[in-house]
Amino acid sequence: MIKQHVFVWDPTPSNSSAVYNYLVKKVNERDLGESIEVYRSTYIGLTSGTPIIRILPKNIIYTKFEQEDLGEIFESIVSDEVVDRFICEYDAKLAPVSERDKQSKQFKIVLRNVGYLDPESIEEYISRGGYKALEKAIFEMDPDRVIKEIKDSGLRGRGGGGFSTGLKWELTRKEPGAEKFVICNADEGDPGAYMDRAVLEGDPHTIVEGMAIGAYAVGCKEGFIYVRAEYPLAIERLEKAISDAKKYGLLGDNILGSEFSFNLELRWGAGAFVCGEETALMASIEGKRGNPKPRPPFPSQSGLWKKPSFINNVETWANIPPIVEKGSGWFSSIGVGRSKGTKVFAVTGKVKDPGLIEVPMGTTFREIVYDLCGGILDNKKFKAVQTGGPSGGVIPEKFIDMSVDYETLMSIGSMMGSGGLIVMDQSDCMVDVNKFYLQFSVDESCGKCAPCRIGGKQLLDLISKITDGKGDKKDIQKIKNISNAMQKASLCALGQTTPNPVLSAMHYFEEEYMEHISDKKCRTGKCSNLVQYMIIPEKCIGCTACALKCPVKCISGEKKKPHIIDQKFCIKCGECFNACKFNAIVRG
Amino acid sequence: MTQTKDIKVNIKINNKDYSVSSSLTILEAAKLAHIKIPTLCKHEDLPPTANCGICVVKVKNNRKLIRACCTLVEKGMDITTHDGELYEVRKNVLELILSTHPFLCLTCLRNGNCELQKLAEEFGIREVPYNNIVKGGKTDTSTKAVVFDAQKCIGCGRCVEVCQEIQQVHALEFLDRGFNARIAPAGDIQLADSPCIKCGQCSAHCPVGAIVEFSQATQVWLTLRDETLHPVVQIAPAVRVALGEGFGLEPGALLTGQIYAFFRRIGFKAIFDTNFGADLTIMEEGSELIERLVHGKGTLPLITSCCPAWVDFLEKYYPDLIEHFSTAKSPHEMVGALSKTYYAEKMGIDPGKIFMLSVMPCTAKKFEIARTADMHSSGYQDVDVSITTRELVRMIKTSGVNLLDLEDEKADSVLGSYTGAGTIFGATGGVMEAAIRTAYFLVTGKELENLDVEDVRGLKGVKRATVDMNGKKIRVAVAHGIGNVREVCEELRECKASGKPMPYDFIEVMACEGGCIAGGGQPYQVTNKIRTMRSKGLYNDDGKCELRCSHHNKEVQQLYKEFLDKPLSDKSHHLLHTKYIPRPIYYK
Repeated sequence: MIKQHVFVWDPTPSNSSAVYNYLVKKVNERDLGESIEVYRSTYIGLTSGTPIIRILPKNIIYTKFEQEDLGEIFESIVSDEVVDRFICEYDAKLAPVSERDKQSKQFKIVLRNVGYLDPESIEEYISRGGYKALEKAIFEMDPDRVIKEIKDSGLRGRGGGGFSTGLKWELTRKEPGAEKFVICNADEGDPGAYMDRAVLEGDPHTIVEGMAIGAYAVGCKEGFIYVRAEYPLAIERLEKAISDAKKYGLLGDNILGSEFSFNLELRWGAGAFVCGEETALMASIEGKRGNPKPRPPFPSQSGLWKKPSFINNVETWANIPPIVEKGSGWFSSIGVGRSKGTKVFAVTGKVKDPGLIEVPMGTTFREIVYDLCGGILDNKKFKAVQTGGPSGGVIPEKFIDMSVDYETLMSIGSMMGSGGLIVMDQSDCMVDVNKFYLQFSVDESCGKCAPCRIGGKQLLDLISKITDGKGDKKDIQKIKNISNAMQKASLCALGQTTPNPVLSAMHYFEEEYMEHISDKKCRTGKCSNLVQYMIIPEKCIGCTACALKCPVKCISGEKKKPHIIDQKFCIKCGECFNACKFNAIVRG
Repeated sequence: MTQTKDIKVNIKINNKDYSVSSSLTILEAAKLAHIKIPTLCKHEDLPPTANCGICVVKVKNNRKLIRACCTLVEKGMDITTHDGELYEVRKNVLELILSTHPFLCLTCLRNGNCELQKLAEEFGIREVPYNNIVKGGKTDTSTKAVVFDAQKCIGCGRCVEVCQEIQQVHALEFLDRGFNARIAPAGDIQLADSPCIKCGQCSAHCPVGAIVEFSQATQVWLTLRDETLHPVVQIAPAVRVALGEGFGLEPGALLTGQIYAFFRRIGFKAIFDTNFGADLTIMEEGSELIERLVHGKGTLPLITSCCPAWVDFLEKYYPDLIEHFSTAKSPHEMVGALSKTYYAEKMGIDPGKIFMLSVMPCTAKKFEIARTADMHSSGYQDVDVSITTRELVRMIKTSGVNLLDLEDEKADSVLGSYTGAGTIFGATGGVMEAAIRTAYFLVTGKELENLDVEDVRGLKGVKRATVDMNGKKIRVAVAHGIGNVREVCEELRECKASGKPMPYDFIEVMACEGGCIAGGGQPYQVTNKIRTMRSKGLYNDDGKCELRCSHHNKEVQQLYKEFLDKPLSDKSHHLLHTKYIPRPIYYK
């Protein structure tokens, strides 16, 4: 019988997953370790509120089971049978490996292995063609040829900036000096983004291989992966991947018997968002406070420990082995315009099926939201989508058929960012959303340079003033002035982009902004200080449903007689509004 | 960095062609072209911190504005330093900085001498449109030498730069993040409990009133009201060549006679000179060197101990080197002790009624006067109050005396006369040069022919030389700026650990770069050019002196004859020497 590989995804942290623990216990009890292997997985290709089991090689996926069904599922695995009633129906997000599935609209390069192999087994990675690209680079290509291939592929940095990866490598290679460093930025930190985590936890060898190729091309003997400490499983798997690769002669001295030697180490980030900025990241690796440095000199000239260095993020690195293996022509045929290849998005917010997707550049928001993620939750109306996290902007409905690529997003005031994609419906208040992102940027600013440190705070105070109903028309100009200072005079991209969400929302949702300021009104009811709930006596039949729901007990009245809300104590939570079946409560 | 130093490049600034060295930043190149680019964080004396964001300029073909303070000029750069857009950005940033500043200008020590105030005036700021959010709590006066008022801090980072990179003391640090990012003593404790050595370089570089000297000018004025007191004063060597800067004179202008005259005008009964103490120090310390060198009593190398910041540093960071320390007190403490013993006895004055004021280029002297019980060797506190050059500038302005109109006057005996050797104590290498002049005589019995010891002059961080004294080779080192001093201390430590012979016989240390002429209490805006000019002022004074060796000082000779007997006598030991103890770097 073929060995069964069972992957368990659980929304609860994987080390306390009851499903995983049960299956492992069973395997051990029955001494079936030879024929069944159970893995913790953080990504299977699906996201759900309940656990998922995927069994390879047959690619059977079970969802919708309860804890008491596990015995039956386990027995079916042992006997190599299928239990139909737990089987997951076809889902758009489950795409065949590396092949564009027209129906699903997904195309997997970065996520090609994620969820399909045991991330802790180098053998499995190799058996799926892993490290072939490294071998090809070392023995069939000289470093310049590798760089040319990457340049020709059109691959651009997936961390947000979109700088040409090949050009970055070339600039670093051209710098004099024997000691150079290659770095992987695995300090993913945008709210709602977890693309890199999926790759690190699901396919760590891709990163090791990609970095070894980069090191070979640029001429580095040492590299670092800067990974956030909040990703313990990623750290565990990267550590294992590095040590296994060393055992196999794929890292260390004389890789695969060649002249090329390369060592890779992990560095843990302590959770500062700004450490994803490359100069701050390098300061942090050096053991200093993670503050950005002025550029020039660019890292390619003077980076880590003042040596020429280059950084790519996880997703970028994951693209390298396939490009080297299949050639630049293959890669550049995917995508649109100057944006080649695919992009992984973590889609969250008001969609029915949130999750990770990988699509070719040029896919539209409509395809992402409606075809891949099932449309808007509760069939409400689409309002906007935020790309680029706290550095990006909102994209209103009129651009829903626009191609998702670097240039187009820039042209409408947003940016690609690292791939967080938050979908909003009509119940989301744009000013409130701005406040959320601003609060994030203000907390995460390093505080080094004045425009970002003070500008962010003053901007947040002004937006809060508006959501509190104390806004003034003059505040618009103040917001513009602060934004001007931040965009033009902040030292690093964090400060330069902090005003972006506000500016784009003010541009595309001007009416909604002005409503807050002039009419002291929030159409969504999200800004609680602008909202008042009132009971219309004529409509109220005195059912007491609202009074029972009210968390602060400020609704009073006799049964079967109209009730009344005591405005003094109302916290504007909206519970009564939702509870009333007679439309007797109005929001104004 | 790929750029080779000192290649001339052609650039354009504001549509005019210039040819400048490629090692210059845009800010420096513009200054040479007599164009002032405003900045709040860049100090000519320090590497750029790039924190304020005000110096941004336009460079053609650059999408973003560029910080002039930290960007080197490049061939063909087309720079715009002033236009409407830049004015607007700078003004926006300045308004943001002002929004976190307390408007306490009228009562601030830096009133009229503040870089932020000046810039606000130049930009014509008439209102700050944002909330005034001032951070920081109680003013830290714990050291009684430097005062730190976090409320006024604009976060430029100069003090951190000078404390960590130049002095390598690491007493000040950036704490917290985002809007709460702030400068504070490392560990968020009081300065007195921190590694602070009171050198005051932070206060000399601060653009605003956030770090200032512990000001005692008012206390001096009020003390002068007490007619039962006998006020006496002494002036340190470095004060006389820097004070003029407070009155519009060039650095290095010698004002000895005017300062004497000023103190007589405001009621001081006797005017002494710390230079006398310097001559005396050479007799004591020189004799100590001979004891160790010729008679083998004590450890070599001998290290000078005139600098209280250095004493504090050694006790905290290198207590294992205490045995190398000269036990001789600093010149101003010697003069203080003698004023309340020798002078009081000679004049028949109650020493308890003598008020001894010292004017120093230094904030650490304020700390030194109460450092240990040895500073009460006369039975009273030997020096009652020590003020800095900057405080003297303010006192003179308060007095209404026009300093520059005053006729030269002479100091009073018996502690007022000095030789050229005494006056050069204020510059790095000066103590060493003075010591060599006298040691040569003490060792060989002959006078040194060429009194100018060029090897130990100048601003090189560590100066090493060998002096031939009648066949006996004396190896000396001179270090200034604690960062450079560390290098020498490490050398000694290594020799001690490995048992290798010591590389030096005599070492001069001054905590501040350039020596006392650029001490922490000297006028603002110090640069190496100013250091050189102030030093030159002292060497000119030396050159004009009739007597240029300490052992020729008639009053010193008379002192030994009438009172102390001989150098290192019991009485000398009691009044002119001290002890050192290891201290913790952190008191908390």
